[in-house]
Amino acid sequence: MLRRDMMLGAAALAAIFASPATAQDTVKIGLIVPMTGQQASTGKQIDAAVKLYQQQHGTTVAGKKVEVILKDDGAVPDNTKRIAQELIVNDKVNFIAGFGVTPAALAAAPLATQAKVPLIVMAAGTSIITERSPYIARTSFTLAQSSVIIADWALKNNIKKAVTMVSDYAPGADAEKFFSDRIKAGGGEIVSAIRVPLANPDFAPFLQRAADAKPDALFIFVPSGQGGTFVRQFTERGLDKAGIKLIGPGDVTDDDLLPGMGDAVIGTVTAHMYSASHPSKMNKDYVTAFEKAYNFRPNFMSVGGYDGMHLIYEALKKTNGDTDGDKLIAAMKGMKWESPRGPISIDPDTRDIVQNIYIRKVEKVNGQLYNQEFATFEAVKDPGKTAK
Amino acid sequence: MLTILFDGIAYGMLLFVVSCGLAVTLGLMNFVNLAHGAFAMAGGYITVILVNRLGLPFLASLPLAFAFTAIIGAVFERTLYVHVYTKSHLEQVLFTIGLVFMSVAAVDYVMGSQQQFVSIPSYLQGQINFFGVGIGRYRLLIILVCGLLTVALQFALASTRFGARLRAAVDDARVARGLGINVNAVFAITFAVGSGLAGLGGALGAEILGLDPHFPLKFLIYFLIVVTVGGTSSITGPFIASLVLGIGDVAGKYYVPQFGSFVIYTIMIVVLIWRPQGLFSRAVAK
Amino acid sequence: MSALASLPPKPLVATAAASLASRARWKPAEIAFWLATVASIFLLPSKHLILTEIAILGLFALSLDLILGYAGIVSLGHAAFFGFGAYAAGILAKYGIIKEPVLALLASGVLAAALGFVTSFLVLRGSDLTRLMVTLGVALVLREIANQLDITGGADGLQGVVMEPILGHFPFDMFGRTAYIYSLVTLFVLFLIARRIVNSPFGLSLRSIKGNPLRAAAIGIHVNGRLVTIYTIAAAYAGIAGALLTQSTQFASLSVLDFERSADVMLIVIIGGTGYLYGGLIGAVLFKLVQDYLANVNPQYWQFWLGLILVMMIMFGRVYGAIMAALIFAICTWTRLPFMQSIVFTLVVLAVLGIARPQILAVTSRITERAAAIQTRLRARLARKPAER
Repeated sequence: MLRRDMMLGAAALAAIFASPATAQDTVKIGLIVPMTGQQASTGKQIDAAVKLYQQQHGTTVAGKKVEVILKDDGAVPDNTKRIAQELIVNDKVNFIAGFGVTPAALAAAPLATQAKVPLIVMAAGTSIITERSPYIARTSFTLAQSSVIIADWALKNNIKKAVTMVSDYAPGADAEKFFSDRIKAGGGEIVSAIRVPLANPDFAPFLQRAADAKPDALFIFVPSGQGGTFVRQFTERGLDKAGIKLIGPGDVTDDDLLPGMGDAVIGTVTAHMYSASHPSKMNKDYVTAFEKAYNFRPNFMSVGGYDGMHLIYEALKKTNGDTDGDKLIAAMKGMKWESPRGPISIDPDTRDIVQNIYIRKVEKVNGQLYNQEFATFEAVKDPGKTAK
Repeated sequence: MLTILFDGIAYGMLLFVVSCGLAVTLGLMNFVNLAHGAFAMAGGYITVILVNRLGLPFLASLPLAFAFTAIIGAVFERTLYVHVYTKSHLEQVLFTIGLVFMSVAAVDYVMGSQQQFVSIPSYLQGQINFFGVGIGRYRLLIILVCGLLTVALQFALASTRFGARLRAAVDDARVARGLGINVNAVFAITFAVGSGLAGLGGALGAEILGLDPHFPLKFLIYFLIVVTVGGTSSITGPFIASLVLGIGDVAGKYYVPQFGSFVIYTIMIVVLIWRPQGLFSRAVAK
Repeated sequence: MSALASLPPKPLVATAAASLASRARWKPAEIAFWLATVASIFLLPSKHLILTEIAILGLFALSLDLILGYAGIVSLGHAAFFGFGAYAAGILAKYGIIKEPVLALLASGVLAAALGFVTSFLVLRGSDLTRLMVTLGVALVLREIANQLDITGGADGLQGVVMEPILGHFPFDMFGRTAYIYSLVTLFVLFLIARRIVNSPFGLSLRSIKGNPLRAAAIGIHVNGRLVTIYTIAAAYAGIAGALLTQSTQFASLSVLDFERSADVMLIVIIGGTGYLYGGLIGAVLFKLVQDYLANVNPQYWQFWLGLILVMMIMFGRVYGAIMAALIFAICTWTRLPFMQSIVFTLVVLAVLGIARPQILAVTSRITERAAAIQTRLRARLARKPAER
């Protein structure tokens, strides 16, 4: 009798000790971001933020160990698709996350549906992405959010004639469409709509075209990374002195690049969901910890990664560690929390992010350039969906 | 209108300075150096470090960018490149692409993957209004520097003793050796100068082309276009090709923005079909 | 002059036929290679996705080798045909024009061949460099067109491609098993055809053109005609490879036309060896596996190590160079050297190796000789055994 009890006890003990090693108790997240190629800075920001989140919040949630598998897709969509498929089929990941560019997210979307694996978009910003699968949730932003808000702001500030200049791909087209529609609806005018090739070395001819149209403001969207060159050429050409305001979504004054852009960029007004100088305690702690750990400033891509991890952790807490895709997505819907960027939530209908959009102006603070927020539009839903 | 022409010239001049080193190694030494852009990138990053971190004046850092890149070029030439001169073109492609991959990853790690900007002094910013034509000061500087360089290069190749030795070494290395020319040294110096020029181009171009670790791959195509369209037998060929491409590209993007990116490729294909050896070359290349 | 007199004397025809036949004979190593690929279907079920990609890349490399290795046409824009085929297959499926995948595959191949035929006239003239740039230009222009058109989805890629089951019976599955078998069968069939082509008199005439176009013309080979033919065939192959990619991923994006894709396939063919049908296949296997391994070990900076391997392979020969690169990588990984120090360490080692290259080459060639000697001795012993028995 005693012997049997002891054996049972030993077996139970063994089970307890053995349990962390079994796959059942590990939650795997496949993080697919561009770590090489032209979008590499996006991947680095997200990777850094994800690591930071795990340092701060531990790697165990709801009794399960959370393991992040980092993969580089170089922003090439067919790589993304293969890597996502391998992660799902071979590594049996419970989440796929990341996605630096829209085509990459779109390529992986059918897989999320087939495998019922939640897909967390941490960077890509085209509206349609979340409509491509019921298992997609987004923690970054949509370009429509920022573009519509900056249009509202422009109309209020007597900007009637605008030129749009966007990179020629889906997010650019989104930005252009939502900004133009809003401006036109408000009685403004788009005098010229310029599309710039995505891989573009020199903005000179396009800027000259914009200057010749003599608008009140130039609306600009280029992917984060090209903004610096653009702004410098904008001032070099004297467009600022000609009285043309530079406005746009916040990609152009990306925090990652802002410190090196030079004084040329001061005064640029953008609408976006995150600035490293957002005046909340949470954000100050976030920026301090981030800069201490990695020696560069976090940008809006990083909060997408940070909040993406938070969403995953909280969803797991809610399901008590259950990794069923439907339950996780259900748990994510309507979730609200405080992020370094301010209060955010996941829209229960569209699984897209609802967040404050801030109007910011580039200023010099303590000798460093920052996007200083001066107006807030609260709880903005993605206009790409509400419009329908 | 004239502003567009001016911008095009400046852009073309910039392309020329970055690419002429490639024209020299490819045309004169018959070596396919796809890692050429890596030297341009090195020059750009050296300037960033000198100006932004060490606080050197921008103009003073330009010759230093040239010198440092030339030294790097010389070291690589002596240790690595020298073994690959005799290999086939395809193997040279493999070798230099390998170097590009290494440089991209290394720079990415050391300097970060984001774009870098050189702090340009205020007297080089903005435009001068010259009879109604907006002239960017910085672009004017580029035109001046590049113009001087072109003249100097042409002179050095055509009228100096070194130029004559180089041409002799290229035409027939064995005979040149027999005449007492130190072919290895001539090649090493040429290679170093070519790299140095790329570095200078990178330093000047960082402001206009942008500077990130992906630079060598992003602009490789442009360098190659300049060299093939211009032909590899002289300096004037690539020079004129650069101008044509620069003006064509800028004007194309201004007047027909939706077809902007076709222009440069179309020019190239048409020229190469019309004159397979490039615009300006004696049709004797092998 | 009668037709008979212009024919070479009979023994010569016989020798030529015999030499062609001996080239066409299947060697044991070849059979082993294909058996291994068949075995991979069953032995590596978890690797089917990357294997599919390797098979497609192998087919693409085979296509480039047909023009590069056999006809001597260098191309930095071979992705033009790959991408054209990829988009063709995607559009055919998406708009329900040809629903059955095999038919769509053939149709894509035919379309790519048509493009190849038209553009082949651009590469007839000019030096290597000119050809490189013209082909590159064609690919870049096509990429721009795909970027501008609505039907291709522009920079967002071609979304919403849904594939019917192959031949109406075999649906594409999540694990990529069907796609892998489908790609392998396609690769094998096309390989057989390529093998026939290169071992035919036509294939030999291509080699003579590669060797010296002037002399080839002098002995009565219609040089341009032959080049146009092989270029068109290679374009069809590349188009089918691209179509396979679209069908297996049910997606196509601008990256199918990227410069990087053309450059990668060129690297693969050079690594594997040109003018040797298996070169492209072996190159594809090695390149993709090494790339995948490095990208898993070091997702951020894997390109550094890939670059090092390429540099070393050229400096010290394929085998020794790869071994030395692997050693440097192993040292840096095992000692857990931070990447900064790894860069410095590698550069210093590279410089030292560069300076000491003649001595190293002397050592490696001695090793090669020794190995060759051992091999011949072994072979001699093996050959002797049955006789002794």
